[in-house]
Amino acid sequence: MTTQPTPGVVGRRSLLGSGAVSAAAPLLAVAPAAAQPTPILKETAVLDLVLRVNGQEHRLALDPRVTLLDALREELGLTGAKKGCDQGQCGACTVLLDGRRVLSCLTLAARAAGGAVTTIEGLATEDGGLHPMQQAFLDHDAFQCGYCTPGQIMSAIGCVQEGHAGTPDEIREAMSGNLCRCAAYPNIVAAIEQAKPQMAGRRTERG
Amino acid sequence: MRPFTYDRADAVPAALRAAGSGASSYLAGGTTLLDLMKLDVMRPERVVDITPLASRLGGIEAGPQGLRLGALAHMSAVADDAMVRRDYPVIAESLALAASGQLRNMATLGGNVLQRTRCNYFRDVSYAACNKRRPGSGCSALDGVTRLHAVLGTSEHCIASYPGDFAQALLALDGTVELEGPQGPRRIPFAELHRLPGDTPHLETTLAPGELITGFGVPPLPWARRSVYLKVRDRESYAFAVASAAVALDLDGGRVREARIALGGVATRPWRAREAEAVLAGQVLDEAAAQRAAEAAFRDARTHGDNDFKPELGRRTLVRALFQAQRLGA
Repeated sequence: MTTQPTPGVVGRRSLLGSGAVSAAAPLLAVAPAAAQPTPILKETAVLDLVLRVNGQEHRLALDPRVTLLDALREELGLTGAKKGCDQGQCGACTVLLDGRRVLSCLTLAARAAGGAVTTIEGLATEDGGLHPMQQAFLDHDAFQCGYCTPGQIMSAIGCVQEGHAGTPDEIREAMSGNLCRCAAYPNIVAAIEQAKPQMAGRRTERG
Repeated sequence: MRPFTYDRADAVPAALRAAGSGASSYLAGGTTLLDLMKLDVMRPERVVDITPLASRLGGIEAGPQGLRLGALAHMSAVADDAMVRRDYPVIAESLALAASGQLRNMATLGGNVLQRTRCNYFRDVSYAACNKRRPGSGCSALDGVTRLHAVLGTSEHCIASYPGDFAQALLALDGTVELEGPQGPRRIPFAELHRLPGDTPHLETTLAPGELITGFGVPPLPWARRSVYLKVRDRESYAFAVASAAVALDLDGGRVREARIALGGVATRPWRAREAEAVLAGQVLDEAAAQRAAEAAFRDARTHGDNDFKPELGRRTLVRALFQAQRLGA
């Protein structure tokens, strides 16, 4: 546990921040006509809120604009949920909110306050025992690069809990919000079919 | 994203009060609002989070008065509801075929009917001309890529298509919208919620400023069990309709007593095809009658080059939906 970053003092934060700025600069330079006179940044009231993530409560002071995804990654150091498109199109940021899969990139952290968030980091037991869905993804080689995998696994758990994993076709339909550019789709479907019966009577909600 | 003030309302009056001041947006699922705020298309100064209202406005109730759906019911909850699936399949199907599992868990019915167009020129602020985004600035789509744009209800100021699915189901079933606003509650036919673009495409609905959708009603309609939502899209799942049809049929043997038809993906607003309904009334539903109805539905279609294929696709979609509904047991 010594390698876990301390919440709120995340080393990568400054790195990620400066990376984002330098990447944005050339884009801004070529943005045409639509430049608006209103300044993008001005003072906003900071919100004090409590996020319950994987069974632990975190008190945070956040700009209202902070999404649940950014709060998890930047404030709490939980980088399992990935920022793929940041537009609700790829599913890489999928987490469970009160046991239901949602897109953390389109959820304000303020909106998630009061609910129970489960991320990929909250699935394994203290002693490292994997959730049946994690084990199934390993068993079936349900990934290549792994970038979409945390979102796939959280979505797969949601898909089973919602009762939409009845047939391979139903799984494919229910999982269509999670893109995998390595195209591990057949193995993902196989993994979900394996994990489904093992998840009977088990509900991931509070981590 | 531009700064905004965040408010959370736990009752309707509090929500109306909070939204009353300044340029406000209600936040429910956030799947449209957050997306468009990130793109700088929507710029509310105040965001009023109404998710705490779900305990009162999230219900799904059916009875002799018909169906009542709370505005904060999630798309997934309504799509999976056994009674809705049995008695109003067109509603369940329109919701189940929309978006992704995650988005359906987040998005609410009230927000769903208000979702904004997917017109790329509206969504990308680097295009200066968009009458919907900046009134009077022109329409970039008219000289642009129009493959997914509307062919019905367009004007010289806007050809953006309405992207939703659920709205067509409500429209076909003569649904109503329940509203609360600074002037009190009111109820309007769903058909009166969305406007044609005309020369004011930035005005998309008839909602008064600060008005909040609290629910939807669907009158009792036993033959709504014979209804379907057929959605044709570029990929099999998780895509917007290129053409869609909501159809409900009241059949007397092979003859149509009454037909209800609404079209999606092809029009600037949820589109009721009353001309097609009139063609079918009293007729035996066969290939020729279905074709005549489809012709009537798209008689006034205007295409813009890339979307020249849409009237034909729309006609075929409607014909297929009619036969799909006909095959159902009521």
